Amino acid sequence: MPKNKNRERAAAAGPRSLFDKIWDAHEVAESLLYIDLHLVHEVTSPQAFESLRLAERPVRRPDRTLATADHNVPTDGSTAAAQIRDRLSRVQVETLEDNCREFGVPIHSIGSARQGIVHVIGPELGVTQPGMTIVCGDSHTSTHGAFGALAFGIGTSEVEHVLATQTLQQRKPRSMRIRYRGELGFGVTAKDLILGTIGRIGVAGGVGHVIEYAGPAIEGLSMEGRMTVCNMTIEAGGRAGMIAPDDTTFEWVEGREAAPDPLPLDEWRTLGTDEGAGFDTEVEIDASRLSPQVTWGTNPGMVTDVTSAVPEPRDEGEERALEYMGLAAGTPMREIALDRVFIGSCTNSRIGDLREAAEVVRGRRVASSVEAMVVPGSQQVKTQAEAEGLDEVFRAAGFDWRSAGCSMCLGMNPDIAAPGERVASTSNRNFEGRQGRGARSHLVSPKMAAAAAIEGHFVDIRGWE
Amino acid sequence: MEPVRVIEGQVSVLDRSDVDTDQIIPKQFLKRVERTGFGEFVFHDWSKEPGWDLPSNPILAAGRNFGCGSSREHAPWALEDYGFRAIVAPSFADIFFNNCTKIGLLPVVLSEADVKELMAAGHARIDLEEQEVSFAGRQVAFEIDPEIARRLLEGLDDIGVTLQQSDAIERYEAQRERSGPVTNTLA
Repeated sequence: MPKNKNRERAAAAGPRSLFDKIWDAHEVAESLLYIDLHLVHEVTSPQAFESLRLAERPVRRPDRTLATADHNVPTDGSTAAAQIRDRLSRVQVETLEDNCREFGVPIHSIGSARQGIVHVIGPELGVTQPGMTIVCGDSHTSTHGAFGALAFGIGTSEVEHVLATQTLQQRKPRSMRIRYRGELGFGVTAKDLILGTIGRIGVAGGVGHVIEYAGPAIEGLSMEGRMTVCNMTIEAGGRAGMIAPDDTTFEWVEGREAAPDPLPLDEWRTLGTDEGAGFDTEVEIDASRLSPQVTWGTNPGMVTDVTSAVPEPRDEGEERALEYMGLAAGTPMREIALDRVFIGSCTNSRIGDLREAAEVVRGRRVASSVEAMVVPGSQQVKTQAEAEGLDEVFRAAGFDWRSAGCSMCLGMNPDIAAPGERVASTSNRNFEGRQGRGARSHLVSPKMAAAAAIEGHFVDIRGWE
Repeated sequence: MEPVRVIEGQVSVLDRSDVDTDQIIPKQFLKRVERTGFGEFVFHDWSKEPGWDLPSNPILAAGRNFGCGSSREHAPWALEDYGFRAIVAPSFADIFFNNCTKIGLLPVVLSEADVKELMAAGHARIDLEEQEVSFAGRQVAFEIDPEIARRLLEGLDDIGVTLQQSDAIERYEAQRERSGPVTNTLA
C-alpha cells in the first residue's frame, strides 16, 4: 500500500527535504524507484530498444516517455532525417524514429516545431513538473531539478530498464544542501554562480549526493537561471540538483502544453524542504562575492574570476591542462584571445539566455578575428527569438543564427572547432577534445560570451561599455 | 550477463585523476547503434600521445573520480571490449560506476595509497565473493553494495529481477497515478 506506507513514513520521519519527499513518494519497493517521465534521444537509446526487441519486451509506459533528436542533428535548417549528410548520424536519427514508431513512443524529431535539446523541450512543453522523478540517458538530466523534480542521468542499460519497467533500481543517494548567502552582484549570472560553486567544491565535490540549492540568490533566479545551475550539478559530480518550487516555478509552468490545468498548487507548495530537515553535507557560499567566471583548464572546476589570471598549476593534471590549453600561468584572463564563440547547449540556450546575449551585442559587431554562432535550444526558442527580432540583432552583429540542437557543445554534428582553436562557450564541459579534437574551450555565461565575441577576448562585463 | 567472481591478471596503469568519459570514448564513436566494437577506439586521442602505454589486461588501475562527465555507457562498453574486466580506483563518478555494474565490468574502490601500490605491483587477483584484492603479497578488503555484488556474482538480468515485482509496480501505478503529463497527447 504505497500511499499509506508513505504517509506513515512521512509522519514517523519528522521534517523532510524536497529530495526525501520525492524519494518517499516514488519508492515502489525498497530501492525500486518509480519514474514519472523518461526522456529519450538518439545516441543512448538504440541499443536499449534493440535489447527490448530481442527479449520481446514492450515499453511499459509509452505515455510517460518522450523522445527527440538533438545530439546529431545538423543546425543548418534540415527538416528531415533523410537530409542529414553524415551517414552514421542519419542512421542514428532514423533508428530513433523507427524505434519510436515500433514501440509507440511519442517523438519530436528533426523537422518538428517541438524538436530541440531534450533538456530544453521537457520544461518548455510542460512535461517537466514539480515533484516528479525524471530520467534520461544523458548526464545533464539534472537540469529538470530546477522545477523541484528529482532528475538524473542514466546509462543505456538503465534506459532499457526504465523502458521495460518504468522503474529504476537505486540506492538512495546522500543529500547535500548548498546555501548561498547574499545576492548576486551586477553582471553576475546563474552560470557564474554554478561555475564558482564547482570551483570551490571541485569536480568530484558532489559525488554520491543529490544537491539542493537554496538561499536568496537562488530564489532570485529566473527559471532559465535555475536550469543553468541544476544543469551543471553533474559537473560537480552531483547525482542530481534540485531547487524548491515557488511562485516563479508555478508561473513558468502554467499554461504550457502538457501542464495540468489548473496546477495542483496545494500539492506542489508542500514539496519544499521542511524547516529542520537534515542533510548529510551542508555547504555555504557567499554569492555576493562572486565575479563573472571563466574556465582556464580542461574541466569545469578549473575556473577563475575574469579579473584574475591563469593560476600556477598545483599538480600534474593542471600542468597537463595548461599545456593542452596553450596557456601560461600568470596570463590575465582578459588577455586571452578567441577564435570562436558558441552560444547554445542545454546549459544556456533558452530564450532568457538569448535575450541577455542579444542585449550585449545589439548595435555592435563581432571582432573580425572571431567566428560566432548562436544555436537556440529548441525550435520553439528559435521561433520566439525570431518573433522578438533577436535573430536580426545577432545577424546584424555578424553571428551565425542556427537551428536547434546540441551542436558545438559536443560536436557530434558538423559544428566543431578546429585543432588549436580557442572557443568562448556557454556550454557545460571544457574537456579535452569536447568541441573538436585539439579545440580549447572556455566556459562562460551568455553575456560574457557575447562581449568576448565583440572584443575578440574576454572582458569583465561589469565594467564594459 | 556472465557471473563475475574472480578476476586475476596483469594491471594496466592510468595514473590520472578526473578521467572523463569523453576521453575514454570520444563523441565521434557514439554514432553506432550497436553495443559492440568500441574497444579499438578506447582513449582514441590520448593513445596517440608519445609514451602512451595501456595494454589490454584484465585489470585497469586509475586515479580518483574515474569516469566523470557524460553518462555514455559506450565508455564501459569500450573498456570491456578492449579487455578490461575490473577497474580499481580511489573513487568513481556515480553514473559511470552504475553503468559498469550493469555490464559486469567490476568497479573496485581502494584507498589512494593502495591503488598506488597496486599500480606498482603490476599483477593482482580480485575476489568479489570475498571482497578482497590480493597484490604484492597483501590482501586488501573492499566495500561494495551487497545487492550489486549479488547481481554480479549470480549474473542476474536486472530487468528480469524487477519484473518479478510487476505486481508492486501495478499497485503503485493504480494507487498513485498522477493526472499528468501524458506525453502521447503531444505527438
